[in-house]
Amino acid sequence: MTDKRLSLDDLVGELRSGMTIGIGGWGSRRKPMAAVRAILRSDLTNLTVASYGGPDVGLLCAAGKVKRVIYGFVTLDSIPTDPHFKAARQRGAVEATEVDEGMFYLGLLAASQRIPFLPTRAGLGSDVLRVNPGLRTVTSPYDDGEELVAMPAINLDAAIVHVNRADQRGSGQILGPDPFFDELFLGAAVRRFVTTERLVPTDELPAGGPIQTLSISRLLTDGVVETPGGAHFTACVPDYGRDEAFQKAYVAAAGEPDAWAAFHRRFLEVDEAGYQRAREEAAAERASATDGGGAR
Amino acid sequence: MTTTTDAGITRAEYCVIACAEVFRGDGEVMASAFGTAPALGARLAALTFAPDLVLTDGDAALVAGVPPLGAPPADLVLESHMPYRKVFDVVWSGRRNLIMMASQIDRTGNQNISAIGDWARPTAQLVGVRGAPGNTVNHPTSYWVPNHSTRSFVEQVDVVSGVGYARAGAAGPAATRFHEIRAVVSNLGVFDFGGPDHTMRLRSAHPGVTVEEIRSATGFELDVPAAVPETRRPTDDELALLRDVLDPRSLRDREVAP
Repeated sequence: MTDKRLSLDDLVGELRSGMTIGIGGWGSRRKPMAAVRAILRSDLTNLTVASYGGPDVGLLCAAGKVKRVIYGFVTLDSIPTDPHFKAARQRGAVEATEVDEGMFYLGLLAASQRIPFLPTRAGLGSDVLRVNPGLRTVTSPYDDGEELVAMPAINLDAAIVHVNRADQRGSGQILGPDPFFDELFLGAAVRRFVTTERLVPTDELPAGGPIQTLSISRLLTDGVVETPGGAHFTACVPDYGRDEAFQKAYVAAAGEPDAWAAFHRRFLEVDEAGYQRAREEAAAERASATDGGGAR
Repeated sequence: MTTTTDAGITRAEYCVIACAEVFRGDGEVMASAFGTAPALGARLAALTFAPDLVLTDGDAALVAGVPPLGAPPADLVLESHMPYRKVFDVVWSGRRNLIMMASQIDRTGNQNISAIGDWARPTAQLVGVRGAPGNTVNHPTSYWVPNHSTRSFVEQVDVVSGVGYARAGAAGPAATRFHEIRAVVSNLGVFDFGGPDHTMRLRSAHPGVTVEEIRSATGFELDVPAAVPETRRPTDDELALLRDVLDPRSLRDREVAP
C-alpha cells in the first residue's frame, strides 16, 4: 500500500524552476498557502503559475518567483485586487495569459482529458483574443458551421490543492460548499500534490461528511502533506473562515516598502511552524490592542 | 437633499427600481447581481413582478424565498447546490440574467474590468476579465455604474472584457446568437442600445437629473430621443418592501448618496 505522505520540503523538492504549476482554490478561498510559503522560501524561479488567483499569485509575484501568470482574475474577494499582482503587472514584471474564467475551466478539463482543446463561445469578440495572439478559433464540422474559440489544454507540470481532510494514500475530502476546480487542476498535472488540514485514517473519512465530499480520489494524487492552518489567511470552511484582519494587514504592508520588509521578516522568513506561531501572536496583539482601546 | 423628489424617494431608490426592471419578464432564470442597487433590484423584482427568479446566496447555493440584503447565512434556506463548476453550466445554457459592474463602458456596449491603459503594461491593473467575455455571449447582461462620469462612460474601453454589439457582430453568428446587452443603469439614468447600429441610447433620466448633465458626464455622443422620460417612480408597495423588508439599514444610500 503506497504511503504518499510528504513534508512541505519534500513537496518543494519535487518542483523545478521553469515549471508550470497549477494552484487550487479560488480567490482568497482554500488556497494551499503553506505550500506557497514553502515555495517562497525555496530557490525556485521562473515559474508559470495557473490559478483562479488570490494571494497565492500575489505572494509568488512579490518574491520574484513568477515568469508568467495564467488567470481569469486575481482577487482577495473581500478586497477587489491583490496589491502585489497589481504592482507586478503595472511594472511589467510578469508575463500574462488572461482568459475568461470559463475558458480557464475548459483548459484544465481539456488537459485532464488529454485532448488539445475544447470549443466555447467564451472569448468571442473580446480582447481575450487580442491579448492572446496564440488563441485560435475552430469551425464546427457540422451543419451549423459556428466558429468558436478553441481553448487549448492548460497542461501542468505540477498541481497543488488544499483540502480539509485526507488520508495517507492521497484521498482528499472537501468539507466546504464549493470544491472549485481542484479535481481538474490535479487531473491536468503530471505531479499532483494535496495539502490537508488533517490527515486521518481512511475509515474516518466517511464520518466527516457525505460521500460527495470525498471528491479527490487517490487516482489523482502523488503526494499528501499535513499542514494544519495551511490555507491561512484564506478561507478553509468549515475549519476556519478567512482571516480578514490578517488579509488587511497583508494589503496595508504591501503598499509601503518598510512595512513589507517587516511583514516579510515576521511571516515569510520563518518555517511553517514559525508562520503559524507568528500569525497567532499577531492575532493576540490585535485582540489586546482592541481590549486596550475598550478599557480606556 | 436636492436629489429627493417631493415623495421623498432617493436617487438610490430610483436606481434600485431601474435595476429591478432589468428582470421584468424573466421566468425561472438565475439572477446574478453585483453591487447594492442590483442586489436589491433583483430581490425587489422577485418579490413583485418576477416571482420565479432564482436567487443565489453569493457563495455556492441557490436560496429559497427572498432574503433581505445582508441576511445572516443561518437565516437562508438553501434549495440547491451551485458551486462554480455548475455556474458555468447555467451561464453556457443561458438560464441566467446578470447585472455586473463596469469600470469602463463604451458606446457600443463593451465593458472593461481588466485593466486601465495598455493591457501589456497597464497603468492600473483591475481584477481581470473574469467571466465577462463568456457571460455576454451566452445570456442577457446589463451593467451598473454607480459613478457616471467621462472616466466610466468612454468612447472606447481599454480592454474589452464584456462584449458589446459591434464586437459581437464582427465575431460572427456564434457570438451574436445569444448576445444581449439589456441595459446600463447609472446613478444618473437608464440606457439601452436602441441607438443607430446598436449604440447607447438614453432611455430615462432619474428625476432631478437633466439630459445636459447626463450628456456632459458621458465621454461619447449619446443617442438622445426627442422626449426623454423620467425613470419610473417605485410604487408605494415597492417602496415599503425596499425600505422595511429588503434594506432597513439603507445600505443603498451608501452606494449612491441621497
